[in-house]
Amino acid sequence: MIQTSPHAEAALTCTLDERSLYLRRLVLGSVRSAGRGHVGPALSLIEMVRVLYDDVLRIDPKNPRDPNRDRAILSKGHGCLALYALLADRGFFPLSELDGFCGTDSILGGHPEYGMVPGVEASTGALGHGLSIGVGLALAARMRERSYRTFVLLGDGEINEGSVWEAAMGAAKHGLDNLVAMIDYNKLQSYGPTDYVLPLEPLADKWRSFGFAVQEVNGHDVGALRTVLKQIPPVAGKPTAIICHTVKGKGLPAAESNADWHHKNKLSDSELDAIRVAVGDF
Amino acid sequence: MRNTAMNMVHKLAARDERVLYIGSDPGAGTLRNMSKEFPKRHLIEGISEAHIIGMSAGLAMEGFVPYVNTIATFLTRRCYEQVAVDLCLHNLPVRLIANGGGLVYAPLGPTHQAIEDIAIMRALPNMTVICPCDADEAARMMEQTLDWKGPIYIRLGKGGDAVVSKAEHGFEIGKAILMRPPGDVVMVTTGIMLQRALAAADLLAAQGIRAGILHMHTVKPLDTEALLQAVRATRLLVTLEEHVPSGGLGSAVAETLIDKLGSGLPAMLRLSLPDRFMHNYGSQDSLLKKHGLSANAIATSIEHALAASRTASPQLHST
Repeated sequence: MIQTSPHAEAALTCTLDERSLYLRRLVLGSVRSAGRGHVGPALSLIEMVRVLYDDVLRIDPKNPRDPNRDRAILSKGHGCLALYALLADRGFFPLSELDGFCGTDSILGGHPEYGMVPGVEASTGALGHGLSIGVGLALAARMRERSYRTFVLLGDGEINEGSVWEAAMGAAKHGLDNLVAMIDYNKLQSYGPTDYVLPLEPLADKWRSFGFAVQEVNGHDVGALRTVLKQIPPVAGKPTAIICHTVKGKGLPAAESNADWHHKNKLSDSELDAIRVAVGDF
Repeated sequence: MRNTAMNMVHKLAARDERVLYIGSDPGAGTLRNMSKEFPKRHLIEGISEAHIIGMSAGLAMEGFVPYVNTIATFLTRRCYEQVAVDLCLHNLPVRLIANGGGLVYAPLGPTHQAIEDIAIMRALPNMTVICPCDADEAARMMEQTLDWKGPIYIRLGKGGDAVVSKAEHGFEIGKAILMRPPGDVVMVTTGIMLQRALAAADLLAAQGIRAGILHMHTVKPLDTEALLQAVRATRLLVTLEEHVPSGGLGSAVAETLIDKLGSGLPAMLRLSLPDRFMHNYGSQDSLLKKHGLSANAIATSIEHALAASRTASPQLHST
């Protein structure tokens, strides 16, 4: 059974501020334009990505390849709509690109591609790749004596993949305290509850036993996320895992904790009306 | 060949600080001297090939040139998605040094026999596939890998293979080496089939048959020009490979000829392993012999094919 956590309960009930609603309008606008998109996985991720890009990452949208920039990899590539919204809002590319999501000649595909999307560090979509790449980036930082940090955002379903745990062992072996794994723990994967598909608990203990310093947080609480992310590393010499308790589809009552909204095709008029009620006109 | 390739990693590392050695769980003492001289660039990362490929991608993104090394089957089958996505899609300069290509690990059975590695590596966009024939060629090849753009799959033989390559031929990735001029037949080889081809050519010469040899150490990108020149100068083209018939050198040659020549195809014979897992052990040599890839068997197959081509119009043959 999934252990109840005060963070998980808080994630269910916490309210969203105007910026979080605005970012959801950007995400859902892309879905409306494309007639498709991974809605639930993006909405659970928004505050994690928002705090990273607004408050934590040392990045310059005008110089996206700055060698000293912090690196962030969206390993759960299917959550890309949240990343696209942040990158566009931060000026990595024009907001108008969001309307072209999944279009034939768009830079924005259903999974993010390196070289296509400014600000995207690695092509992801096949799950279980990002943490290993992150280990390489973090190890390179140490070998090159650079101060950048590497953040990898993982899905909870994604960490079914054995390669994630190979990477975790590697990160701990090298004591990469410049590496942060953020787990979007919405407890609902494509088919259904993580607890049904492949139980993850005790999740914090797993990461701890793999050699990580572990933090747990309400993944929709912007202030709490800022606090945790500004204390990296919490333990010198250890990589960090932040288990972000989230709600799949957060902010959209019909989509919350509803596996049917994992991937959504054309939005109906009534669904569009419900979205407007939930996040505002878009 | 393997020791030479490993020592070349050390030599390249001494010359260029971008060079890393990354092994999974190689034999005790692998590159011991490098581990002492450059401990931070000699990485042993455990039996976790999927992770190692991804980690190498991350290191390559930051300007390193990782040489990743383990047994061929584990470097291809186990982590194919990581090779495809992390290395090839990002087109990163990671070098995969595959120990025991083909039937080198014959006594260890089908889990260790890399019989389809060329096919699955060759299928990936941006991947380069090289199969050196001996230690000397491996050394010349490794020199060329430092600044090659994109990933490379390097299929190593057993070690102790007879040295037949020549320094004067040099080595350039993607440029085939004409070992013997075209005659009645041209054998196209890769890897350690060159030694068998040379011996077969001597046997054929004793029968009055002139046999040319084109050593295609790089299977991808294939040297189309050298292949077409060889085809124009012979009656029969024979491909030799320590690999299943699907997707390897024979397939690459046939595809190229169809694309370039269309209807004017030469008589062709593809000699390869059969399309099945080997349920035999023994040695690399004994299994090659069992499957018609000894020098004697190659010479006999060519004699029969030449005889057949005299009585039939040119067509594509397959074993």
